[in-house]
Amino acid sequence: MSLFEFIPSLLSGLGVTLTLTGGGALVAVVLAWLAGLARLSHFGPLRLAAATYVETFRGTSALVQLYWFFYALPLFGIELSATATGIIVLGLNIGAYGAEVVRGAVLSIDRGQSEAAAALNLSNLKRLWIVIAPQALLRMLPPAGNLLIELLKSTALVSLITLNDLTFRGMLLRAETLRTVEVFGLLLIIYFCVAQVLTLGLHAAERRLSKAWHLEGAR
Amino acid sequence: MTFEWQFALEVLPQLLLALRVTVLATVFGILLAAILGLVWTLARRIGAAPVAFVARYSVEFVRSTPLLVQIYFLFYVAPEFGITLSPFLAGVIALGIHYSAYLSEVYRAGIDAVPKGQWEAAKALNLGPADTWRRVIIPQALPPVLPAMGNYLIAMFKDTPMLSAITVMELLQTAKVVGAEHFRYLEPLTLVGVLFLLLSLGSAALVRWGERRFNVAALR
Repeated sequence: MSLFEFIPSLLSGLGVTLTLTGGGALVAVVLAWLAGLARLSHFGPLRLAAATYVETFRGTSALVQLYWFFYALPLFGIELSATATGIIVLGLNIGAYGAEVVRGAVLSIDRGQSEAAAALNLSNLKRLWIVIAPQALLRMLPPAGNLLIELLKSTALVSLITLNDLTFRGMLLRAETLRTVEVFGLLLIIYFCVAQVLTLGLHAAERRLSKAWHLEGAR
Repeated sequence: MTFEWQFALEVLPQLLLALRVTVLATVFGILLAAILGLVWTLARRIGAAPVAFVARYSVEFVRSTPLLVQIYFLFYVAPEFGITLSPFLAGVIALGIHYSAYLSEVYRAGIDAVPKGQWEAAKALNLGPADTWRRVIIPQALPPVLPAMGNYLIAMFKDTPMLSAITVMELLQTAKVVGAEHFRYLEPLTLVGVLFLLLSLGSAALVRWGERRFNVAALR
């Protein structure tokens, strides 16, 4: 079996890896905004709930969370498929880190912006949606890009809860062929390429957004 | 199904014993990462162009591939070259290499933050490159980045459960074994989560304390 014959076999796991990265990113973005904004709320209990979520998921290990949701949660009668568990747990984990990114970016927006919005008599929601969020979004992109790469890397963990991802395929292929150096080497290269593509995509998005933003600002 | 405190108390001593392996792996891992990270940084800064190029892309490669796959790679590939690593040793080396890539960026930021005048002053005092680094640059570059290093130490601590994939009997692996023995995963896994939470929150508080203390010292 030549090296090139390994590639299709490994790539058959790429779909699962990308599904988990995409699904996890969606969950993470929603949670990051919700928790990030909740931590800035004036309502104490909401702040406490968000802080508890963020500290719990940042303070424990992703693999432990994955095992807990996969092995301990069903005991409470909540049965999730392995894929759903993977997406939810990775989303919860990265979302907790993302919440800090959202919070930091919103806090970094100049106070005057908020005051100007208030002077224009915008409602709280409108102030957030039209004034704060677009500016904060631009500042969030670089750290969010790093988190996306972290998410991609942590999808490898789902191979330990029986999911058929890239890493799982690599383990199978190694067991079949015993060509350890080639299989794991290729596996690392595939992950590296996916990460590079994601990074390039994010840089492009950042440039576009910053261009659009500055054009609008100049008008 | 409810949480059985009796059973939880029963398995706690075993888990605390396993915590020792987790902590040891973290300590050796961060030591290796600290040294190796410095090697990458210096190679990028003072190495010849090809060396700097290789160092730069190695760091990028290590940073964008999963730690779990790196652990497998080291553990399963080393024997093919006649080196048999114990699971613990393979895990520590993988942790060290992975985090050295992150620490290298931290060092770089620290070194870039040293004012240019310091380099010029070292030159004016006729210090050689070795003395310039050892006596002027590193003592100024390192303290400001210690909190960042502390954060990576905590991150590494939280990544040690991955060593369970190569059968290291650390905290998570022990919880799995205990769970399988008693057909109850809830209590051991929850305890593992709680232990991680307590220790990482505790160390995060310690890092913040160090940060404040350092800032006070810098102002004086």
